[in-house]
Amino acid sequence: MTLPKATELPIGAVIPEPGSTRRNTTAGWRTLRPVINDERCVRCQLCWLYCPEGTIVEKKGVFKVGGRTYDVRYEINYDYCKGCGICANECPTKAIEMVPETP
Amino acid sequence: MMVQKTKQVEALTSNYAAAYAVKAVDVDVIAVYPITPQTTIIEKLSEFIANGELNAEIIHVESEHSALSAVVGASATGARVFTATSSQGLEFAHEVLHIASGFRLPIVMAVPGRALSAPISIHGDYSDVMNARDTGWVIYIAATAQEVYDTVIQAYKLAESVLLPVMVAYDGFLMSHTMEPVELNDEEEVRSFVPRAARPYTLNPRRPVTMGPLASPDWYYELKYQQVLALREAYKAAAEVDAQYGRRFGRRYGLVEGYRMEDADYAIVVYGGAAYGNAREAADRAREAGIAAGVVRVRLYRPFPTEEVLKALEGVKAFAVVDRAIMFGSPAEGPLYKDIATAMYIHGVDKPALNVIHGIGQRPIYVEDMYKIYAALRENPRRGVVFMGVRI
Ligand code: SF4
Ligand code: SF4
Repeated sequence: MTLPKATELPIGAVIPEPGSTRRNTTAGWRTLRPVINDERCVRCQLCWLYCPEGTIVEKKGVFKVGGRTYDVRYEINYDYCKGCGICANECPTKAIEMVPETP
Repeated sequence: MMVQKTKQVEALTSNYAAAYAVKAVDVDVIAVYPITPQTTIIEKLSEFIANGELNAEIIHVESEHSALSAVVGASATGARVFTATSSQGLEFAHEVLHIASGFRLPIVMAVPGRALSAPISIHGDYSDVMNARDTGWVIYIAATAQEVYDTVIQAYKLAESVLLPVMVAYDGFLMSHTMEPVELNDEEEVRSFVPRAARPYTLNPRRPVTMGPLASPDWYYELKYQQVLALREAYKAAAEVDAQYGRRFGRRYGLVEGYRMEDADYAIVVYGGAAYGNAREAADRAREAGIAAGVVRVRLYRPFPTEEVLKALEGVKAFAVVDRAIMFGSPAEGPLYKDIATAMYIHGVDKPALNVIHGIGQRPIYVEDMYKIYAALRENPRRGVVFMGVRI
């Protein structure tokens, strides 16, 4: 996504339309992104529980991973994930890796 | 038949001159808290309102922080506003100075400069004003009551055209409480000179906008850079407003004023009234003694008029900058000196320049002191800082 230039922004940091937060993403300051290795994930839900931003999404469905079948999968909504790394820290199977963001 | 308008001349203090200008531009909202030496501005404005001469809302606030906050709010709705303060009051409002400029609100504020605590001094210098120099405000420093009147009017035109807050500063007490003849403009003329311009964004329930949002690292830098551009634009606009004002009302000052600078070898650079008056008198005496002396007065302090200052000092062999404020711990303690030194360095100009700190807490600056500076410049042109008039 390309953001507007200094000269293109409304004067005085005004947000000129109401309700714009509905389509604003808030992940611009992330330097590391969590990546979940689905193979190692045991569906313990700890990352989902600990994420302070609520940006880990619990997806329902039928997911065949290796020899197992799960009815849930954890995904990260990168539009809002701040890259704090709490999920990676809490994951008991080290299924989450923090990977550098490239500009 | 042409109606001949008689010129109205009044004996006014600079504070009253500011109040008369505020009345002439017809402001909507005023919020101020009493602080010496600013108080008489608001006294006069209250009188105007009580007499029905000015139709404005006056907000009685409990501090200068609130005063500036109140005009920030009022200005955000599109109202034309005014406030004034001095010294600790300006320091107390400092946080809001950044908010006013960040919001790009055309607030006009008068500041008769006063020394800072501690120890308490109610007397004049420019420590308060100089502390506000990096807040994104346009800052004028006037030298006469007439100029205070004219500059406050110009300030509204400039503020509303570039959307920046403007401070009009002048000497506390030496100007704020002393009288000079001031020629007042016809108020209808003033109002036609400063018509209310439509603003791009105001707080209006029929057209909702958000002011004061949070800006993440994705946005903040660009918005601050916008302010850099706005101040650069204000530099050009200030000269233009001054020229227009001159055409309409017959008085203009330029961004930098020179006195006997045409063939000067030695110059004193000053700001404010007392320093300018005494330096001019000293230059006359120095000329009689055979020193080609001149004075440069910086009238627009922010944005800094680099070109004009460099041009004014082009022909001199050496100069001194008299500062009435101290930047503690700086390589040279005078703020104007530092600006000029920076401007010269960037433009590859190198000539001896002395920084003279004087007039702190209204320590009298005598014409004789200024004369001594000229003599010293001729005898021994050098660099560095001199604390003049202090017992050491
Ligand atoms: S890095 Fe932080 S914000 Fe992002 S998903 Fe993990 S816990 Fe949530
Ligand atoms: S904490 Fe680790 S193992 Fe548990 S659900 Fe999240 S990614 Fe899977």
